[in-house]
Amino acid sequence: MSTMNEAGSNSAPSGPDRAPGYGVYAAGLGFALLLTAASFIVAKTHLLWPPGLPVGLAVLAIAQMGVHLVFFLQIGTGPDNTNNVIALAFGVLIVTLIVSGSLWIMAHLHTNMTPASALLNMTH
Amino acid sequence: MSTGVGFVPEHGISAAAGDARSASGPASIRITVAYGFWIFLLSDIIMFSTLFATYAVLKDATAGGPVGKDLFDLKTVGVETLCLLFSSYTCGIGLLSAEHGRLRAFYLCFALTFLLGAAFLGLEISEFARMVSEGAGPSRSAFLSGFFSLVGLHGLHVTAGLVWLTFMVAQTAAQGLRDYVRRRLHCFSLFWHALDIIWVALFTLVYLMGVQ
Amino acid sequence: MFGKLTWSAIPVDQPVPLAAGLFVALVMLGTVLLVTLKGWWPYLWREWLTSVDHKRIGIMYVLLALLMLLRGFIDALMMRTQQVMAIGAAQGYLPPEHYDQIFSAHGTIMIFFMAMTFMIGLMNFVVPLQLGVRDVAFPVLNAISFWLTASGALLVNLSLLIGNFSRATWLAFPPLSELQFSPDVGVDYYLWALQISGIGTLLAGINMVTTILKLRAPGMSYMRMPVFCWTALCSSMLIVAAFPVLTATFGMLLLDRYAGMHFFTNQDGGNAMLYFNLIWIWGHPEVYILILPAFGVFSEVIATFSSKMLFGYRSMVLATLAICVLSFMVWLHHFFTMGAGADVNAFFGIMSMVIAIPTGVKVFNWLFTLFRGRVRFEVPLLWSLGFIVTFVIGGLTGVLLAVPPADFVLHNSVFLVAHFHNVIIGGVVFGAMAGYNYWFPKAFGFCLERRWGIASFWCWLLGFYLAFMPLYLLGLLGMTRRLQHIPDPRWKLLLEVAEVGALLILCGIGSTVVQLIVSIRSRKERRDRTGDPWDARTLEWSTPSPPPEYNFAVLPRVRGIDAFWDLKQQGPAPGGETAHYEPIEIPANSPNGFVTAFFAVVTGFALIWHIGWLAWLGLLCALIVLFAFGWIPRHGRPISARELEHAEHARRVGSPA
Repeated sequence: MSTMNEAGSNSAPSGPDRAPGYGVYAAGLGFALLLTAASFIVAKTHLLWPPGLPVGLAVLAIAQMGVHLVFFLQIGTGPDNTNNVIALAFGVLIVTLIVSGSLWIMAHLHTNMTPASALLNMTH
Repeated sequence: MSTGVGFVPEHGISAAAGDARSASGPASIRITVAYGFWIFLLSDIIMFSTLFATYAVLKDATAGGPVGKDLFDLKTVGVETLCLLFSSYTCGIGLLSAEHGRLRAFYLCFALTFLLGAAFLGLEISEFARMVSEGAGPSRSAFLSGFFSLVGLHGLHVTAGLVWLTFMVAQTAAQGLRDYVRRRLHCFSLFWHALDIIWVALFTLVYLMGVQ
Repeated sequence: MFGKLTWSAIPVDQPVPLAAGLFVALVMLGTVLLVTLKGWWPYLWREWLTSVDHKRIGIMYVLLALLMLLRGFIDALMMRTQQVMAIGAAQGYLPPEHYDQIFSAHGTIMIFFMAMTFMIGLMNFVVPLQLGVRDVAFPVLNAISFWLTASGALLVNLSLLIGNFSRATWLAFPPLSELQFSPDVGVDYYLWALQISGIGTLLAGINMVTTILKLRAPGMSYMRMPVFCWTALCSSMLIVAAFPVLTATFGMLLLDRYAGMHFFTNQDGGNAMLYFNLIWIWGHPEVYILILPAFGVFSEVIATFSSKMLFGYRSMVLATLAICVLSFMVWLHHFFTMGAGADVNAFFGIMSMVIAIPTGVKVFNWLFTLFRGRVRFEVPLLWSLGFIVTFVIGGLTGVLLAVPPADFVLHNSVFLVAHFHNVIIGGVVFGAMAGYNYWFPKAFGFCLERRWGIASFWCWLLGFYLAFMPLYLLGLLGMTRRLQHIPDPRWKLLLEVAEVGALLILCGIGSTVVQLIVSIRSRKERRDRTGDPWDARTLEWSTPSPPPEYNFAVLPRVRGIDAFWDLKQQGPAPGGETAHYEPIEIPANSPNGFVTAFFAVVTGFALIWHIGWLAWLGLLCALIVLFAFGWIPRHGRPISARELEHAEHARRVGSPA
């Protein structure tokens, strides 16, 4: 999960191996800055059709997280990375289930189980 | 922090040890520690997702009190975001410097990381203080409880990260870049990057969507 | 100065908790006194309290589990007795405020400190040996995990003598568990004990996942691992995924109680239903965390005592993985009646039925393993046969409950209570007993006595059916759970039958205790000299009983499934011969776990009683300990090749041909 070779050697790779390491972080920073700026701009202006804003922001956020994972955390696709990717996929699955499951369930509960007093005050 | 894995050969039995295809024996300590820490990070992200789900459910339960639009200042959030993003970059460069044995660059980068992280925290604490003084503290409504706990937990993690950073710099200075020190620096950088990932989700869902 | 703590915290006017608390205190003080007088402290400190050896830690986990089984079972017996004595006009002997604490403590202790602890203990002891490696990935973290779990158990038991325990059930549902309705320290004892032990459990899960995925003997690919290791992996993955949810949810309840926040309160926007949702997101995977290792035990035991390879290895692995993923998609079936509506209920009802399918696959595989095998009816196999019958019945009633309209009638009745005890006792407890009898010789070097083991099994089996089958009927007749007083006198006979069942189970537990005492007394005659008393199939049986600290002098080379059976049939694989020894290094002992736990108890106690300065002090000390142990470079303990050769030679000379 790093620029180290898998034999675990702690010695610095020499010559052309050094540059990609530093460059990768710089590229990551660059992409992340662009995406972050895009998020803020999209949120504050009407560039995106307003009803589509949450989706747009979510896409930008996922892109930013992807940039972090690939450029900073260096989750790759090499054979020694398989365990890491599977673990990440499992984590993403669980997070999705927790967040979407909770939202779905609580929304239904909210509709069906609103207390009588709140029904009188309901604004939506 | 101490792993105690003293009996697994440092460099593994074979070069390919530890990956999914090969069955050439126990992986090296380096790979084992990094993987274990990665699993811990995923568990931490799941803990955050519980708070995210809670916030998403409670964000409209404002109990007649202030809503996000009244409270969130996107300029501050923007500065906080830049601080954390750049600190991720300096952390990464610092780690690379350490791996290449360039100690002065390492100290400089980690000092910058600390300063940027501390700036982030300072801004966040002042934001919290302002909200509390305006009567929008965490006990005002469920929405605010959700907000403070989610953002606050992230802030606590950043604080812990800064303490850890200080410890690592001190240990590097005192004991040099030994194997276990390098492994811990690697884990710290994973932690710090993960915090920035969580911040991306946070500022998008809480602040950017909150002011709509 | 001492927060809410005053002398009135000691229940001098309440005989039941006072007697119980004094008994526990006497046992603990008595043990300390005995150890001091006999001069055992140096041995205990060196060999157990600071051990980072997975075998020692596993044994301590199981010992804690057995002790907590006694505590939790006494709670059960008290409840059964109260119910049989408080019918109609009679009032029984336990006032409601005590009865409520007892059912809360019973559930909390049995799930968190008996079942979890037992399964984690078995996984700890067995997995590194089965994988052919020397220890888990992070031995010091392993010790910390155990001692944090023990801290939680200590805090729960402290509530007997100082203050009171929670009355809000084993899951502390709000609004009852909020400060408004539970102002005393009970819920705080519950929450802090479980937060502390929860950290321990999460760390154990991380440790086990990393061990299984990254540390295996050469040649042991994933599809050559023993099935117990697969179930341990999936159970540990579930721990890593589910326990953070528990920590966050309890954290929010604590914030409500301590900081006046409004996550689950009735006022200011709080939503108690959200707690139910979150806690069951943890709660359902939790029961699969418990049952999967038990399934693994049965796979090992049934294969060994059928003298046959486990039938359908691949489908077992797939079924285990399927159960792992599906267990995160069914949680709403715990609150069908809360009002989410038909769409939501239908989805989760269907998923709950679907999850029965991979379990069914496993049951068929076990049956096919037994079929045409040379079956040996040793004690572990008896537990396995009892499991197959009992668990299937429990699973079937679970599928019944998965039908939302049926659940609307049966939710929170004793039908539900019967169902989950059916699967937990029939599955987890029977699995724990099977594993305990099976691996005891490996852990201690002598076998357990057989006849008392058989007696224990039959008492448990018959006792279980007598205790819980009536509850299915009572549930259908309308009896709800957690009743301190029984309103309908027509339920009397069934409750009396249940009481007899509970007493039979008491005999079963007693038999296990007697079995242990008798076995220890006659241990010289029962010594296991071969390391393989059961003619078994997996690598742990290739080591001496008990194994040396380093497990394997040379890591075995694995050629296929059932690596030890293969070794016995064909001799060692090339490179696996023990002719060539190399020096190894094993991790040194560490007081890290024990000291961290000490400060965890202090901090927890201080937080429970709102003793601010002590909480800060405890936390500060814990952090100092963390940094101190992190600062000191850890040295392993080297073992030379000559020492290894010597030990292995002595072992081989000592064993019969």
